[in-house]
Amino acid sequence: MAATQEEIVAGLAEIVNEIAGIPVEDVQLDKSFTDDLDVDSLSMVEVVVAAEERFDVKIPDDDVKNLKTVGDATDYIVKHQA
Amino acid sequence: MAKIKPSKGAPYARILGVGGYRPTRIVPNEVILETIDSSDEWIRSRSGIETRHWASPEETVAAMSIEASGKAIADAGIDASQIGAVVVSTVSHFSQTPAVATEIADRLGTDRAAAFDISAGCAGFGYGLTLAKGMVVEGSAEYVLVIGVERLSDLTDLEDRATAFLFGDGAGAVVVGPSKEPAIGPTVWGSEGDKSETIKQTVPWTDYRDGTVEKFPAITQEGQAVFRWAVFEMAKVAQQALDAAGITADDLDVFIPHQANVRIIDSMVKTLKLPEHVMVARDIRTTGNTSAASIPLAMERLLATGEAKSGDTALVIGFGAGLVYAATVVTLP
Repeated sequence: MAATQEEIVAGLAEIVNEIAGIPVEDVQLDKSFTDDLDVDSLSMVEVVVAAEERFDVKIPDDDVKNLKTVGDATDYIVKHQA
Repeated sequence: MAKIKPSKGAPYARILGVGGYRPTRIVPNEVILETIDSSDEWIRSRSGIETRHWASPEETVAAMSIEASGKAIADAGIDASQIGAVVVSTVSHFSQTPAVATEIADRLGTDRAAAFDISAGCAGFGYGLTLAKGMVVEGSAEYVLVIGVERLSDLTDLEDRATAFLFGDGAGAVVVGPSKEPAIGPTVWGSEGDKSETIKQTVPWTDYRDGTVEKFPAITQEGQAVFRWAVFEMAKVAQQALDAAGITADDLDVFIPHQANVRIIDSMVKTLKLPEHVMVARDIRTTGNTSAASIPLAMERLLATGEAKSGDTALVIGFGAGLVYAATVVTLP
């Protein structure tokens, strides 16, 4: 069953927490991965791969660069999850 | 029909000796920052690199190879005249023909050893090792010298902030010879030419000659795509190499991945769930990414510092431009 927007944000928060050590409550829709959450371009790849597994979605390299904020990633997953 | 006599090789092959050569000039990040807008902290956090070695005009591909090979031959306890083949993996020898391997074979004092170059990027050491093992077991050479050597400073765009800090120069060599026990496992290798754009030379040499570009060709890469492929796809290949050798990560003493980037190495270790006791090579910090030379250089340093010892079981994996990869389990010399 497809995850809701709320479930996706919560899942991304757990992933970002594990990879970058950012508190889960800091991971909000309007937060930028690089500017607010200390997720650099390489850590972003790890976040994306973890999100792909968790939400059963494919996020190609070309699309990764468009995912600037948690909201961008959440929208992408909502639209593309199987 | 005439009956052809089969060749007779050794039952198995092993790495008998290793040697390395690092150019005299040590280049800190401060020098890189003269041509790119970045910072020491950024370079260290993205790559782990603190310093790298750049070759002088005298430290040619052949000269560095001969230094490294001399050490490997001495370490193996053989004479250069016993070497039956010399395999050189490089992408930065700028004289296309003849192969640099022939000059190296001659100057080392081999007895007209077979000699040739191969091009397999950062997987070149594993490709060479696999060929060497085949020759020793098949019987076309008793001892094979495998050299990984690069002068990547010649192929670096010092104004490209994504790669200017990444590459280094150096040579690493091993002698492969006969063994009574298996000491080089099955190689898991392959190519993914559909991803050739991920790491490549910017333009062909002829474009530079013809003046269609102003800049000398350099190596360029798509950082995120390389990172994803290297960490997640290569972790699968590494696991296949363990499976093919009939061992698990618990049986490993040492992990020597191609020294591409410390972040790739750290993430591979995490993805592979390597146990704490496994010594992981992180030679990249002071050597940079030396492509085909990185694995034998890292191997030599681990043995020299005592962080690894002769007889240890090591997983080696190379991966790079092609894309190509090669992984195998070896007993350290």
